[in-house]
Amino acid sequence: MPVRDGLFVDVDPPLLVTGRCRSCGHLHFPHRRTCPYCSSERVDESRVPGRGRLWAHTAVTAAPPGYTGDVPYGFGVVELDEGLRVIGRLTEAEPSLLRRGQPMTLVVVPLHTDDDGRTVVTYAFAPSSAEPHGLDGRRPPTGAAT
Amino acid sequence: MAGVGMHPFGRHGELSTTEMGVTAVRAALTEAGVGRGGFQAAFCATAYGGVASGHKVLGALGMTGMPIVDVEAGCASGGAALMLAAGAIAAAQYDTVLVFGVEKMPKGIIRSSFFEPWQEEAGLAATPAYFALRAQRLMESSGVTKDHLAAVVVKNRRHGVHNDDAMFRSEVVAGDVLASRVVCEPLRLWMLCTPNEGAAAVVLRANGTGSSGAVRLAAAVLRSHVPGAVLSESTPLSGLVDDDVIPPTALAAQDAYEQAGVGPGDLDVVECQDTDAARELLSYEELALCAPGSSAELLESGATQLGGRLPVNPSGGLLSKGEPLGASALGQVVELVRQLRGQCGARQVPGARTALSHTVGRGANAGVVILTR
Repeated sequence: MPVRDGLFVDVDPPLLVTGRCRSCGHLHFPHRRTCPYCSSERVDESRVPGRGRLWAHTAVTAAPPGYTGDVPYGFGVVELDEGLRVIGRLTEAEPSLLRRGQPMTLVVVPLHTDDDGRTVVTYAFAPSSAEPHGLDGRRPPTGAAT
Repeated sequence: MAGVGMHPFGRHGELSTTEMGVTAVRAALTEAGVGRGGFQAAFCATAYGGVASGHKVLGALGMTGMPIVDVEAGCASGGAALMLAAGAIAAAQYDTVLVFGVEKMPKGIIRSSFFEPWQEEAGLAATPAYFALRAQRLMESSGVTKDHLAAVVVKNRRHGVHNDDAMFRSEVVAGDVLASRVVCEPLRLWMLCTPNEGAAAVVLRANGTGSSGAVRLAAAVLRSHVPGAVLSESTPLSGLVDDDVIPPTALAAQDAYEQAGVGPGDLDVVECQDTDAARELLSYEELALCAPGSSAELLESGATQLGGRLPVNPSGGLLSKGEPLGASALGQVVELVRQLRGQCGARQVPGARTALSHTVGRGANAGVVILTR
């Protein structure tokens, strides 16, 4: 199950759910009813493929508050082809193996198993050269025990 | 600025927020010669203090009855409280106002109610990771290297040796900074400030009433962000493809320079937000202490160390003092009042007459205070 509804569509390949304002034209994520740039209510949901280029990246080496998944994990910003910079996890947890500007693709990754035994998943970005993404291509973040 | 007081920043065991606040407030009131009934309002800055933190401090001192307002603006809470007090005095609502900040931070990475539960669950509430991404962008835009980041730590820790109110009072060498544990590449553990505990207080009095000493509050500005920058302190999950969104620190600095009628070239001493080493360098650029992209050169020139043209963080900065959120901005102000009075001993900036304090953090909130004498 998704960590939160309305962030992404878990199809193969997955889609990121953004908002596009009909008044000012700006994209935003996550999708909101009101445009964060111009306060307009004329915002359309826009599902985008989540392809783009790496704009900044690091790795988180110690579990931050409220997080029960594995560490380390990659963390960065991807500039989507549609013209939007998005913060998210990266599947690569070794920063030296990534470089700014390299093609990245949206994937869905597991976070942890909830009390009812369901796998909680979230969106992340993987280097485009990585293995096929989507349901069958799911893999735990680097360093995760499987 | 009629009086200032501090409770040292550090880890103080069972000592409560209220007890630390009492120490700082009592010192500031004593210095100002103000007793019960001598101030008409109080603003208390705190982020983690909880309900009625200010009332608890003043209640413990037997000094209640006036309006007491707690103020939360993240790292800039103290700047926000000072702005409100200065505004009320300028409007002739009060002639003497007490402003203080208290904090007792949890250990480790700061847990913030700012993030939604799903963001924590997804590992996106990783505050140092946002600092690291900002540091990485600065390294790309300004020629900043890890050696520069280490040099900021070495500089501020050297300054902090002389500050009795600092948590860390030993010098460090660059090699040890770089060899400390990687928290989020490129940031090493010693490049990050430590959340901790402490209190600071100032008494603000209208011009021309009483013996205010020579230090004057020339500007106290708080600004929030304009949207668009993905790595803004507002911590959004997305941003525009636009590298020219004005950051909240620059907005606050522009307003403060205008209000005070001074420019960055007039400053003698600065206390700025060094939550991490890169943040200090970014502040050089956003406060217009140097041209965009030249923070590394300003650091290399030695200008920002004690003895240089414009010492930055002579107190040792947050890297030496630690960061008790509600108290940190007022801690800077206390330091600068003492600098302008010439009371800082081995860390004194000789002849300092114009000083700037800067804090920025989640919200986004950016506070800039300018003091003159």
